[in-house]
Amino acid sequence: MSYVERHAYDVVVVGAGGAGLRAAIEAREQGLRTAVICKSLFGKAHTVMAEGGIAASMGNVNSGDNWQVHFRDTMRGGKFLNHWRMAELHAKEAPDRVWELETWGALFDRTPDGKISQRNFGGHEYPRLAHVGDRTGLELIRTLQQKVVSLQQEDFADSGDYESRLKVFQECTVTRILKSPDGAVAGVFGYVRESGRLFVIDAPAVVLATGGIGKSFKVTSNSWEYTGDGHALALLAGAPLINMEFIQFHPTGMVWPPSVKGILVTESVRGDGGVLRNSEGKRFMFGYVPDVFKEKYAQTEEEADGWYTDPDHHRRPPELLPRDEVARAINSEVKAGRGSPHGGVFLDVSTRMTPEEITRRLPSMHHQFKELADVDITAEAMEVGPTCHYMMGGVAVDPDTAAAAGVPGLFAAGEVAGGMHGSNRLGGNSLSDLLVFGRRAGLYAAQYATGLGDARPVADDEQIDRAAAEALRPFGAAEAAAGGSGTDAGGPSGSAGEAAPAVPVENPYTLHQELQQVMNDLVGIIRRAPEMEQALDRLAVLRERAERAGVEGHRQFNPGWHLAIDLRNMLLVSECVARAALERTESRGGHTRDDHPDMDRTWRKVNLVCELSDAAGGAVDLHRRPTAAIRPDLLDLFERDELLKYLTDEELDA
Amino acid sequence: MSAYTARFRVWRGDAEGGGLKDYDVEVNDGEVVLDIIHRLQATQATDLAVRWNCKAGKCGSCSAEINGRPRLMCMTRMSVFTRDETITVTPLRAFPVVRDLVTDVSFNYAKAREIPAFVPPKGVAAGEYRMAQVDVERSQEFRKCIECFLCQDTCHVVRDHEENKGAFAGPRFLMRVAELDMHPLDAAAADGGPTRAESAQDDHGLGYCNITKCCTEVCPEHIHITDNALIPLKERAVDRKYDPLVWLGSKIRRRGQ
Amino acid sequence: MATGTTSSTPSSTPPGTPPSTSPAGPARIAHGVGSPGRAAISAPHLRTDRWWLPPLVSALGLAAFIGYSTWRAFANTHYYAAPYVSPFYSPCLASNCTDMNGGADWHLFGNWWGLSPALLVLIFPLGFRLTCYYYRKTYYRAFWLSPPACAVAEPHASYTGETRLPLILQNIHRYFFYLAVVVAGILSYDTVLAFRDPHGNWGHAGLGTLVLLVNIILIWAYTLSCHSCRHIIGGKLRHFSAHPVRYRMWGWVGVLNGRHMLLAWSSLISVGVADLYVYLVSSGAFDDPRFF
Repeated sequence: MSYVERHAYDVVVVGAGGAGLRAAIEAREQGLRTAVICKSLFGKAHTVMAEGGIAASMGNVNSGDNWQVHFRDTMRGGKFLNHWRMAELHAKEAPDRVWELETWGALFDRTPDGKISQRNFGGHEYPRLAHVGDRTGLELIRTLQQKVVSLQQEDFADSGDYESRLKVFQECTVTRILKSPDGAVAGVFGYVRESGRLFVIDAPAVVLATGGIGKSFKVTSNSWEYTGDGHALALLAGAPLINMEFIQFHPTGMVWPPSVKGILVTESVRGDGGVLRNSEGKRFMFGYVPDVFKEKYAQTEEEADGWYTDPDHHRRPPELLPRDEVARAINSEVKAGRGSPHGGVFLDVSTRMTPEEITRRLPSMHHQFKELADVDITAEAMEVGPTCHYMMGGVAVDPDTAAAAGVPGLFAAGEVAGGMHGSNRLGGNSLSDLLVFGRRAGLYAAQYATGLGDARPVADDEQIDRAAAEALRPFGAAEAAAGGSGTDAGGPSGSAGEAAPAVPVENPYTLHQELQQVMNDLVGIIRRAPEMEQALDRLAVLRERAERAGVEGHRQFNPGWHLAIDLRNMLLVSECVARAALERTESRGGHTRDDHPDMDRTWRKVNLVCELSDAAGGAVDLHRRPTAAIRPDLLDLFERDELLKYLTDEELDA
Repeated sequence: MSAYTARFRVWRGDAEGGGLKDYDVEVNDGEVVLDIIHRLQATQATDLAVRWNCKAGKCGSCSAEINGRPRLMCMTRMSVFTRDETITVTPLRAFPVVRDLVTDVSFNYAKAREIPAFVPPKGVAAGEYRMAQVDVERSQEFRKCIECFLCQDTCHVVRDHEENKGAFAGPRFLMRVAELDMHPLDAAAADGGPTRAESAQDDHGLGYCNITKCCTEVCPEHIHITDNALIPLKERAVDRKYDPLVWLGSKIRRRGQ
Repeated sequence: MATGTTSSTPSSTPPGTPPSTSPAGPARIAHGVGSPGRAAISAPHLRTDRWWLPPLVSALGLAAFIGYSTWRAFANTHYYAAPYVSPFYSPCLASNCTDMNGGADWHLFGNWWGLSPALLVLIFPLGFRLTCYYYRKTYYRAFWLSPPACAVAEPHASYTGETRLPLILQNIHRYFFYLAVVVAGILSYDTVLAFRDPHGNWGHAGLGTLVLLVNIILIWAYTLSCHSCRHIIGGKLRHFSAHPVRYRMWGWVGVLNGRHMLLAWSSLISVGVADLYVYLVSSGAFDDPRFF
């Protein structure tokens, strides 16, 4: 198709958040020509929203910390469903990834002896999170962005062109991974949001780093970009997704005003002394400590309060339980009628820290509540409730190389990759995940591309034509309904064009709202089989209606069109979530079944895998796959008594 | 407080031309301007182009001019306006428009590339960096910047004088120079080359700044751009170039050698 | 100064009036916000608040002070009423100065100087304030309209800021700061002398003593809150941790610096009031009330 713009690179990275930029930096440092594609402007990725910190066992604050302890915490947090090898690599490499940031100009908060300061966080045994106030994600993204610029400056000095070896295609969306006839990655197809122009980048290696899926839910801390693009692209390219039933609902999102409902209130608020109370003024978390955590958490308020100043002789407050526990507790309190006026609970730091300390340690929280809710957190309690925050599931990858299973040349890192966090992610493990596996994905993508030599896979033109028709279909739908043609949308109308005249064009915004409502109400924080069955029925209807999503206007920066395209991804991913959640008849981490409230050791041995029956977008197939056996020396890091809570007797005796 | 209908006037158009268009739109309790723009998109103008991302004042995407003032749409609460007020929303007026509320901000990315990157100190391995908290705090203030480019938009040096865009980096990137100049370990001038402050004046147009402080006024992160970055940068340039005592001191020192 | 050819009068525009939507509207300026490629909006600005008020108030305030001080500086009379000396006339450096009984009347310039002795010294505080970062902001906005207010188009066709003569000379603020410290020292000496009675005996305080005392405190606060001072005290350092004393002093100066605008105006007013007070006492219009 002549009107499709064409570029060629060695490695294409889809997504410019922490994982994407880290991957791109690595690929470029390996000497390869690298392109980064992102939906927003460069430097605006959702990573900026991360507040708390980067978990890395540097041991700067408590020298007892090391990678083994971090590994243990990560496995506990994920209820042992984590891929042990990813958790191991993550715990081992995180400190190096953090220190490396300093050599690129990052400025973390410091300890008195000048090292990187580390803070406490839920589920972490020691103070472990490298941070900058409560804007760590911004520091991370800016540091990586500036490292990209610095590499571009080097290239400019060499070649006179800043973009000769590393180019950021900002405000572009990828709609398809292109493959050669033998199934290897050949490039990507996408469009420029600003102009609506279509483009192809030929490249033998593609790294997916697109983040999560939160925009399928109504109450979410995620930005508009989180439409599950990478999950869907992988599915459509033939790669399997795992653990899609596990979605983390962050316990503390804003609940008021309505327009900001879901926006995150950082866990550091609790790490630094914030307590949760219900409408009766009770610190209810003491009543929600599950048996597996009983020995590790304080039983009384006195003991919990003592921990903040003397952690060696007190157990930690139950507010710092892993996120899934706290989210469920808040949900229960609200359901029992002990919620705050706007349907949350109270999170209070004002009674425990001086106003100066609050504004110093939690500046952006103070700012956020002041500006958005007119609440002064130095004087009043915040109202908070659970919000859809993080997708534990994702592309099934090789732990060492981040290569997606079954599709040569496809890699995934960060939130879009599955396995690392098991059934629940610990706070702070996300940013370190981005860096550790972002680097690995970039490294192995580069090695793969280099290894191919000149024998690069090529996508046929017919595939490109199909991708173009698919991308332009929303204009076709509008044209068909109007019974006219010849708008400036360009391109042929797709298959919907023939079927459309009798049926109305659907408004993509309406479809999106309905999808969000379905997922929120029926596949949300507490799940029941009949509701999920109902959700699957409604998703099927929505998917059919989405084929007729149509838009007005032209291709230049048309948000309606963009949403119509993103809907395909959200619907696909939502179906995976609902199918996997229906299948797993237990409660574990980010998956809570009202009808199966207990964790079941036999389910730990199972990963649920989603695949598409055919790449054209057929039905989602779900099947079971056994989890990898944990290496014995890693199991030895735990007491047998603890392991018995997670592993079956046969596994332990094997 | 209950829902009411507000009158909005939104600029629609592209580089070829355009104008302000009137809309009547519902407003609910606790909403911000961006919510209203989204409601317009969902109900009356599906193709209304607008950039946004985090909706919490952390990413700096939804910059626009509201009643003539550069602001983030997500951080402008509707309650600051009276109910009978017409609220005018236009794209940033210092940059070329792409469509509706979206502008071409590539000027800023070009300027970012012109500022030499952090130079790591020689002989200090990763993991061995030691910095005191008091020494990093000044640069940390500048690293709060979310790159919304409102300061770049409001600065009259480029807003009112297109021809200055070549020579002037703008407040955001002069602040970046200050950040690196104050970085406790930056080694840019370690081999005796020009300091970052000197290059701010020689290469990045610091002299264009007439410290009228609009950058500071519009900064949604409340960074003291003028007082803590630009003026100190000017003072550091003065150190090297104009200070009588420093000049005398260096003369004497050179004699003594 | 401002050419004012295209400055708008939006204050007279009621909020409901639609600005022209035509991209080539007659009022559209061809540079700045009217440059090709930018959003086609004919109005030079769309602000609906009273943005013109602060520059107007500043302009009036500065004009009033300039008027008053010019008159007083050239008046060459009624600037000493023992034991008080007007800050406009201290130090008094010509032979035609009134005898100040131990005060800062040092006849360094001899008797060839026939004009007001104030003109010899006012250049220093004037230079200090003229190159002060706060005053620069104020008069660039209020008099030069460059810009009149944020996001309000300035009327000039071209702009080079402080990159070339004469405005590049703003960089000599540092020199004036050093001199301003000397002047403040001399005014402090004057204030000490105000604790003598008109005959030179110690242990006196009148309303004039208080006026001079308040004035010198504000002068010092303004001088020390200066950005150059903040820089010299500690701002120039790269590693505060290696200079704990200077770091603390930098913190204190920073607190003052945060109030630089307030101190600039209050010390401007106090210096005028101090002069006026001396004038009133000296001319016999007012009798200095004595506390002890």
